[in-house]
Amino acid sequence: MKPKKSILDENLSRTDPRVKQILVKMKKENYRPDALIEILHTAQNSFGFLPMSVLAFISKELKVPPSRVYSTVTFYHFFSLKSKGEHTCLVCTGTACYVKGAEPILVELEKKFSLKAGQVSADNKLGISTARCIGACGLAPAAVVDGEVIPKAKPEDVIKMLTEKMGALK
Amino acid sequence: MNRQELATVNEQYQIRHHAQKGKVRVCCGTGCVAAGSEKILKQIQQVAKDKGIENDYDINMSGCMGACTQGPLVRITPENTIYEYVKPEQAEKIVEEHIIKKQPIESMILFHGSREKPFVNTWEDPFFKKQHHIVLGGRGEINPESIEDYIGGNSGYKALEKALFESSPEDVISEVKHSRLRGRGGAGFPTGIKWETVYKYVSDQKYVICNGDEGDPGAFMDRSVLESNPHRVLEGMIIAGYAIGANKGYAYIRGEYELAVKRFELAIKAAKKAGLLGANIMGSTFSFDVEVRIGAGAFVCGEETALIASIEGKRGMPRPRPPFPAESGLWGKPTLINNVESLAAIAPIIINGGEWFSAIGTAKSAGTKVFALTGKIMNSGLIEVPMGTTLREIIFEIGGGIPDGHAFKAAQTGGPSGGCIPEKHLDVKVDYESLMEVGSIMGSGGLIVMDDTSDMVDVARFFMEFCMDESCGKCVPCRVGTKMMHDLLTKLCAGQGTLKDLQRLEELSVYVKETSLCGLGMSAPNPLLSTLRYFKNEYLAHIDRNKTLEGVSHG
Amino acid sequence: MAKIPVTIDGKPLEVDTGKTILDVCKENGVEILTMCHFEGVGDVGSCRLCLVEIEGINKLLPACTTKVAANQIIKTNTERLKKYQKITTELFFAERNHVCAVCVADGNCELQDLGYKVGMEHVRFPYLFPKANVDTSHPWYVLDHNRCIMCTRCVRVCSEVEGAHNWGIKNRGFEVRIISDFDTPWADSTTCTSCGKCINVCPTGALWPKSVVQGQLVKNPKMVSELVAKRKMNL
Repeated sequence: MKPKKSILDENLSRTDPRVKQILVKMKKENYRPDALIEILHTAQNSFGFLPMSVLAFISKELKVPPSRVYSTVTFYHFFSLKSKGEHTCLVCTGTACYVKGAEPILVELEKKFSLKAGQVSADNKLGISTARCIGACGLAPAAVVDGEVIPKAKPEDVIKMLTEKMGALK
Repeated sequence: MNRQELATVNEQYQIRHHAQKGKVRVCCGTGCVAAGSEKILKQIQQVAKDKGIENDYDINMSGCMGACTQGPLVRITPENTIYEYVKPEQAEKIVEEHIIKKQPIESMILFHGSREKPFVNTWEDPFFKKQHHIVLGGRGEINPESIEDYIGGNSGYKALEKALFESSPEDVISEVKHSRLRGRGGAGFPTGIKWETVYKYVSDQKYVICNGDEGDPGAFMDRSVLESNPHRVLEGMIIAGYAIGANKGYAYIRGEYELAVKRFELAIKAAKKAGLLGANIMGSTFSFDVEVRIGAGAFVCGEETALIASIEGKRGMPRPRPPFPAESGLWGKPTLINNVESLAAIAPIIINGGEWFSAIGTAKSAGTKVFALTGKIMNSGLIEVPMGTTLREIIFEIGGGIPDGHAFKAAQTGGPSGGCIPEKHLDVKVDYESLMEVGSIMGSGGLIVMDDTSDMVDVARFFMEFCMDESCGKCVPCRVGTKMMHDLLTKLCAGQGTLKDLQRLEELSVYVKETSLCGLGMSAPNPLLSTLRYFKNEYLAHIDRNKTLEGVSHG
Repeated sequence: MAKIPVTIDGKPLEVDTGKTILDVCKENGVEILTMCHFEGVGDVGSCRLCLVEIEGINKLLPACTTKVAANQIIKTNTERLKKYQKITTELFFAERNHVCAVCVADGNCELQDLGYKVGMEHVRFPYLFPKANVDTSHPWYVLDHNRCIMCTRCVRVCSEVEGAHNWGIKNRGFEVRIISDFDTPWADSTTCTSCGKCINVCPTGALWPKSVVQGQLVKNPKMVSELVAKRKMNL
């Protein structure tokens, strides 16, 4: 086959501050291919998620084959190929939280926002996700709204907090 | 920092410590921070300043004190009183009444609601009385972000000093062997022998890895230790490096543990600055460097070979063993991997001697174990007890029993690799072998209490779902087996299961247990097998609910 | 090379150190079932068909990755092992959508052969019927995920022998799938050299050339090891 340009070669601008952060990290790690996961963390922190153009960029700069980048991204639960939403609500589904009532929170969230865990609303305003255990088991059930841990979370409190943050009622 | 300077820092701490009238410590572990403890700390510092006593008292943050449901917690010395559910508005009251007027506020003392009389010296409270803090030493006392606190308040880096200047690597390994410490990650392999194995391999490069990928849902011992006493873990890593002949270490910490990562990185920075990490430590010929590697949400990366793959920048897929990491690990070099808790026990063992550690615990399991006690229990949190303590003591004396008038049903240990222990085995002594005899495992320390409202078949389904989601997908038994077992369990829980389904489950359990490539698959059937052993009636009850054409549960 | 004594299925043998149990068995006429193993690429021990019992070791170990050690007493064909091999085979069939009647590899398929070898008569487990795609974008080749058993030979041969790294694996657990580049159509791959090695190593009809029709596929299993050997020669 003739060598062809990748359809993802959108050439991210190197002056974009988010791209700069990735380049700085790559330099710090000496462009080692085995620093891929560390670099993906930085990229996701900068962009909020991992768009294809960013993955193509990393593949080229780090000289790691595309399949290797993609297979690593999709293996780890942390990394997201899609936007996680402007506001995020993570419900912990660890054992202690399961025993103390994580399910009801997810059920109520679905009722209110028509979103299941792992989904983002069509207008990208809200994303619901779960984590296997965030380690706050003494405060089960735990939820994380926009990075803030909510101890002993009740469905109605979580919904109230989200509604306030998003401005209007959905 | 050389030996002399280390001694000086210690002395200066002791002088400051004795010059002060007392300490105020506000717990700043993830749990208490989420409940607002940072505001409380600021408020108390402000009030103390307003009242002109800020120089007489050391008011700062500390690591986790263990009574996590009752947070935010504030501890005051020398009375050693711990206050619970503290609010920022109460800062004034605490300073005015307890510190200035020397009148402890009984209505705010930890557990006052469930005690006839609350314990002003809160270490006397039943929650703490049976505990023995070795790994959790320094809890509620030292500021995790202060290396001076660690040096002066927790014998910091004394063990490293002893190792580097008064012992050979062989002496250090011998001491760890004598302690009979067993891997606290769950497998319980004798740590000293592991160290010796890696030590014996001749190689130009060796590595020490701290396994902080605490993935068991319901377990937060390692998170707590990393947040509360990161220097203790770091010191353990350096001593390990010295013993086995490695000059590079990696601390692999879960990505979800932001605070733990932050505190550990601060510790690395501080230790480096003090010359306790890096080139020629304390002026010796030994050099050791540590880097943090952050996990990205894969439970399987707690498995040693998968962890190694992850540090190598790849998918966290386990590799067949043999060869073991001791022989061929990170980048093919001899690698020592130890759990956070195991490493945190090293400094005390070196300082006090292996004999001292070995004298605690049972015949086969020495020392103490940290447990994350959660679920349907009055006092949820982090505890450390000598091996050999019974489950009954832990749940009813320390934990305070089952709330809301419910009855105890089962205690789950070992997370998704473990089993459920029913009432008839409440007097089982907590140690590696005894727990295996009753069909569970020690695991990393998660201990979840369930009451009569728990559906044990759903518990099995919950854990199987976890294993199915976390399976890496490399081998057929785990990849397909866990999915099939989960489908069958879901069917059972929905009242659509048959006896034949139960038969298939039992068949698959044995198969997956014996043929899986790594520990995740091999132990995935454990919760199922253990609930079948003790709660078969619940499985049969679900089958009885089935009203399909196959008739009354004769599928 | 030093020789060490081992016993395999009751037969005492003198074998070279440093070899895997699988190599030793092959050299001594002991048949071991394999699937993910392929001459010329590295072993991963993932199919679990080659598991053997070794006295004194309570875990079953894969013959393809475990090296022989002196005085090992190895068993390859106990009732327990045969029972597990049968379950593994049935799970292979239940995992994806294997329809032999319309497949180019019918009659020339390693999965079919495996089924016969273990005496599989039916699959006792419920079929999972997952959603799986077919990628026909490439002008010469097809990748049909319905027939894939995730042996990963294609991934290994592409990275270890050809060096193109076109193939990878996405997701984990039951959701794993073979992918090209960024999970993009094979035709759009910027790394694939169309060498056809993956077609040759695939044990089933998952990877096949458009030039053949049902039941006509013939593959050359020796191709990879021969290439690897020829590369080492200095002609």
